[in-house]
Amino acid sequence: MITKRIIPCLDVRNGKVVKGVNFEGVRDIADPVEMAKFYNESGADELVFYDITASVEERALFSDILVDVASQIFIPLTVGGGINTLDDFDRVLKCGADKVSVNSGAIRNPDIIEQAAKKYGDQCVVLSMDIKRVDGEFKLFSKGGRENTGIDALQWAVDGVNRGAGELVVNSIDTDGVKNGFDLELLDEIAARVDVPIIASGGAGKMEDFAELFKHPGIDAGLAASIFHFKEIDIKDLKKYLRTQGVEVRL
Amino acid sequence: MIAVIDYGVGNLFSLTASLKYLGAETVVTNKKEDIVAADRIILPGVGAFEDAIAKLRATGLVETIIEETQKGKPLLGICLGMQLLFEKSYEYGEHEGLGLIRGEIASIAEDLNDKTLKVPHIGWNSLSFDADEPLFKYINQGDYVYYVHSFYGRDCLENTIATSNYDITVTGAVRNGSVYGTQFHPEKSGNVGLNILKAFIEL
Repeated sequence: MITKRIIPCLDVRNGKVVKGVNFEGVRDIADPVEMAKFYNESGADELVFYDITASVEERALFSDILVDVASQIFIPLTVGGGINTLDDFDRVLKCGADKVSVNSGAIRNPDIIEQAAKKYGDQCVVLSMDIKRVDGEFKLFSKGGRENTGIDALQWAVDGVNRGAGELVVNSIDTDGVKNGFDLELLDEIAARVDVPIIASGGAGKMEDFAELFKHPGIDAGLAASIFHFKEIDIKDLKKYLRTQGVEVRL
Repeated sequence: MIAVIDYGVGNLFSLTASLKYLGAETVVTNKKEDIVAADRIILPGVGAFEDAIAKLRATGLVETIIEETQKGKPLLGICLGMQLLFEKSYEYGEHEGLGLIRGEIASIAEDLNDKTLKVPHIGWNSLSFDADEPLFKYINQGDYVYYVHSFYGRDCLENTIATSNYDITVTGAVRNGSVYGTQFHPEKSGNVGLNILKAFIEL
């Protein structure tokens, strides 16, 4: 049967991998190409690269890095960050991305989901969402989690899938960086509403958090950054542990 | 030299990069002379069957491809490229394929018993294969390969050389003489996939 996926996420700024806590306090860690190789050998099932740069020069550097990674690492690569137009999809796909993750760009222009799905196929379009509880309701945030759009996040997920998103990344701002487990309440709500693969993000702190996550039906993958980057959890060890817990993983 | 057929379907970055990584000389081409001159052929493909078979036929290369495989030149169809090798497909209608592999392409969703399973069948699944197939000489039974597809090959038992389980038996790879096909993406299946491509290069 199909396996549950473990996905390290690499935020890249100015040619380096970074990771903030609650999206703030960004700091440098490592060379993205070396890190991608390390994760490939550790058994990562996919890699996600987020371009968190702003300037045109840095964007060109990111494209170069992507080409380097995709020429040496032959597992699925998802790329996000600064995806606003079909030209952006085209740019990263030509650099070796397999899937493209769209977030704020889809909030500004939801039609981009449909256009990209028609042009590249549903499987290519990943809708990434930053979600936070506001007055007891799940709200969609934009701009890296800084701005409340006021949009109902659960409805946004459903609309995104109807428009053609082939996969959802559900990032809980409430649990992100806290390392006390994934936001299972939020994930259950979304899994009950859509039938595309769901990638859970935000909150993983220990191996048990992943075992708990995969007990929930409809969750296909767990994504994390700092716990993998700082080697607090080794992906190979994590997968061995998950297998003892009855979770099917690729080893 | 490997001729990767360019007929305007799908992203060839990973495929050409993985062949280069393995040290294979590759030409991405829609020219008959390149296909005749090459010592093996790869037919890639992502998208919908009807559109892809029309684009492939429009290149005028189908006859050449079939002739070359009849001479024993190895051909590898990948994903939709594998599906095009079949006799016909029921993806949105009924469409005729190249007929190099006996069987048909049908909807996974319609054939699933467990309707809670997600379609597309996307992700890593373990592969069971015929141990004496040279394509798999560098990999182990149960190794994982990466799939992304909503339609699959069926009624193709005599040409099936590998399968995966997704409630139904998913045809993972097929072979008829020198014609090979994989439903999964070897160019996205990590070291296992590279080892399958390496074996193809050595056929």
